[in-house]
Amino acid sequence: MTGINMRSLAVLMIAGGLALLAMLLLASLAEAQSDPNRFNRLMKPAAERNAPPPEDGIHDADSPGTHLLQTPREAFDALPDSKSGNYVQWNAAMDEGLIEPRNSLTMVSTPPIVLDLNIVREVKGSMPDVVYPHKQHTQWLDCSNCHPAIFIPQKGANQISMASILLGEKCGVCHGKVAFPVSECRRCHSRPKEQTAAN
Amino acid sequence: MKRWSGRLLTMFVIAGLVPAVVAWAEYADVTINTQSEAEGVAPVIFPHWFHRIRFQCSVCHVDLDIRMGAGTTGITMEKLIDGQYCGACHNGNIAWSIDNCDLCHSGRPGLETGVKGGHETMGPGLY
Repeated sequence: MTGINMRSLAVLMIAGGLALLAMLLLASLAEAQSDPNRFNRLMKPAAERNAPPPEDGIHDADSPGTHLLQTPREAFDALPDSKSGNYVQWNAAMDEGLIEPRNSLTMVSTPPIVLDLNIVREVKGSMPDVVYPHKQHTQWLDCSNCHPAIFIPQKGANQISMASILLGEKCGVCHGKVAFPVSECRRCHSRPKEQTAAN
Repeated sequence: MKRWSGRLLTMFVIAGLVPAVVAWAEYADVTINTQSEAEGVAPVIFPHWFHRIRFQCSVCHVDLDIRMGAGTTGITMEKLIDGQYCGACHNGNIAWSIDNCDLCHSGRPGLETGVKGGHETMGPGLY
């Protein structure tokens, strides 16, 4: 009687151990698959990007309306990927004709007034200089969105710092909220400084 | 052994739940709760991504006079019914009509007004 009990106990222990191992393996696999940098809480795991509304933490999953809304993943499926923000290259999507955002409420969309003018801002630090393209901005925005409230339309009249941008001023009115975030340093700081004689 | 496996199992269950609790709003989702809950309806969630696929920024932020600051425009249902702001499209003509209350008023209770999904909302603190 005790022999059978011992044997069944041993079997139970082995089975329990195996189940535990399998669970460990599955857990580590799932961890590795979700994102290799899972430890970084600031980094959004790839599997959790563009979550459907009921799972995004701000929509009320109990509200029937939430389940009727389109999911970002479905909309972004055909659009070019980027590394941050909505994980969509919005300008490329527009240039490639994948999206055609209208510039008026009328059903007839008139071509926007695009200004092709680059403004180079020489920065004080060691980062490459900033090239601001009016073209990409005027494809989305009107002059009056930025001028004169956010930027005075005059050379040298605007003091811009990364600190003010991070606080949501100047470029930070959109970048970091709607447009690509400031973590994409080189999309703005894109013109290498000219090599001086000292170098 | 059994007790330990039970404890480990509990730990796994808890560890599995923690990431599930962390939620990630879509980048640039605007939540507006300036009056909603005080008036007895759920907070509003405005998805920028859905609208920028269809319209350029200037349509709302110039033509419709919607300000670039969450909750600063002073939008009320009366104004929308009059055809202002969201009501310029959400009239059953360009987009679905505003009698579909819970498509906009779909935020979870207690939601604060702001722009979600960006760098400011997920970190341990503001810059």
